[in-house]
Amino acid sequence: MAVVDYKVAGSIAEAVEFLNDAKIPTRILAGGTDLIIQSKAQANPIAVVDVKKIDSMMGAVVDDSGLTLGPSMSCAEFTHREDIKDMFPGLVESAYLIGSTQVQGRCSIGGNLCNSSPAADTVPALIANRAQCVISGPSGERTVPAEVFVTGVGKNCMEANELLTAIKIAKPAAGTSDAYLRFIPRTEMDIAVAGAGVSVTVDSSGTCTAARVVIGAVAVTALLVPAAADALIGSTLDEAAMQAAADAASAASKPITDRRGTAEYRRHVVGVLVKRAAAIAAQRAKEK
Amino acid sequence: MAKMHVSSTINGEVTEFLCEPQDTLLDVLRNQLNMTGTKEGCGSGDCGACSVTVNGALVCSCLVLGVEAQGAEVGTVEGVADKDQLHVIQQKFLEHAALQCGICTPGLVVSTQALLKENPEPTEEEARYYLAGNLCRCTGYDKIIRAVMDSAETIRGAA
Repeated sequence: MAVVDYKVAGSIAEAVEFLNDAKIPTRILAGGTDLIIQSKAQANPIAVVDVKKIDSMMGAVVDDSGLTLGPSMSCAEFTHREDIKDMFPGLVESAYLIGSTQVQGRCSIGGNLCNSSPAADTVPALIANRAQCVISGPSGERTVPAEVFVTGVGKNCMEANELLTAIKIAKPAAGTSDAYLRFIPRTEMDIAVAGAGVSVTVDSSGTCTAARVVIGAVAVTALLVPAAADALIGSTLDEAAMQAAADAASAASKPITDRRGTAEYRRHVVGVLVKRAAAIAAQRAKEK
Repeated sequence: MAKMHVSSTINGEVTEFLCEPQDTLLDVLRNQLNMTGTKEGCGSGDCGACSVTVNGALVCSCLVLGVEAQGAEVGTVEGVADKDQLHVIQQKFLEHAALQCGICTPGLVVSTQALLKENPEPTEEEARYYLAGNLCRCTGYDKIIRAVMDSAETIRGAA
């Protein structure tokens, strides 16, 4: 086990300072449900900076502009927030799917993003909702859209002296809602074989006027699939449009074969998930 | 690096300990504080044998650093019974023979207590989902779930 230094940051500025002055590889510690396991497997010494004493990292504000989320808030707390669930039910269901009750007590949406697994459940839901990631570093803040945050397996766009300090999602337009579905071979406690996050906007006549379709666990990163969204936009979300979106998602996927499923299987299943998630999102949008 | 001094409240008692940054809360409980009720199963957050509460949240103590317990309220299986008087949950686990080897039992007792605090009237399905992170390789879960549901009913009846 290789955590050789532990610091508590009292502010974001102090966290940045710790990262910038680091002599050895230094990681941000939020819930630790990935980091502590990884540190146990590593021989090399690392330092950790605990950010859970920083109020803005742990809170969430929902107002007329939308959601400003402290990236380290535990998923247990996040999924119990009715105000967030009302605005982004799909994002909340994606967070709820991560791990067990015990893992939920510690894991966070920011951690899920920063761990940058291809199978991360919240990432497709964040991208579908046009989430913006606020990153702080020595030269100040910068903001990147969630779809460019993760750059590879376990890799993201942050430098070693930067940390994720907020996730912002604008309040959805009228008639908009979202959904996230994943497939696992059992009912609980597993990692996605394939996942789909969908956001749709439906007008009063039932026509889809905007959509975002994102697929997970079928490529090195979650993929935004504009062709799938285009299949839905302008339609009444009828069977033909839904099937076209599913086919576009399957065609855009670049899955691998591993013990959780074959590439062929994942390619098919991800299309089915897109179709089902779009139907749930559409139903929710119409009920709004 | 020098050992770090940590002060936390464990089962209601202020407890101080020294630990290395890499020591998990589970290591501290078992190896330093001699509180061996909390078990190590997988050490990777998959099995729930090391379940404790930290500031009310149910967590795996193998995925918490000991130093993170600074200023925190920690609850372990040692705090469940009232001295020699078993907690209803412990009594029901005995009555239903909801254990064989016993390694998963402390984690299940702590998790069941957390479940019933959050949801005093769980359906069987809710109980099974809540406890999905507590693995038992002996019983097949049937007797555990009976003990949990009976505990819930008994506690509701007493309230």
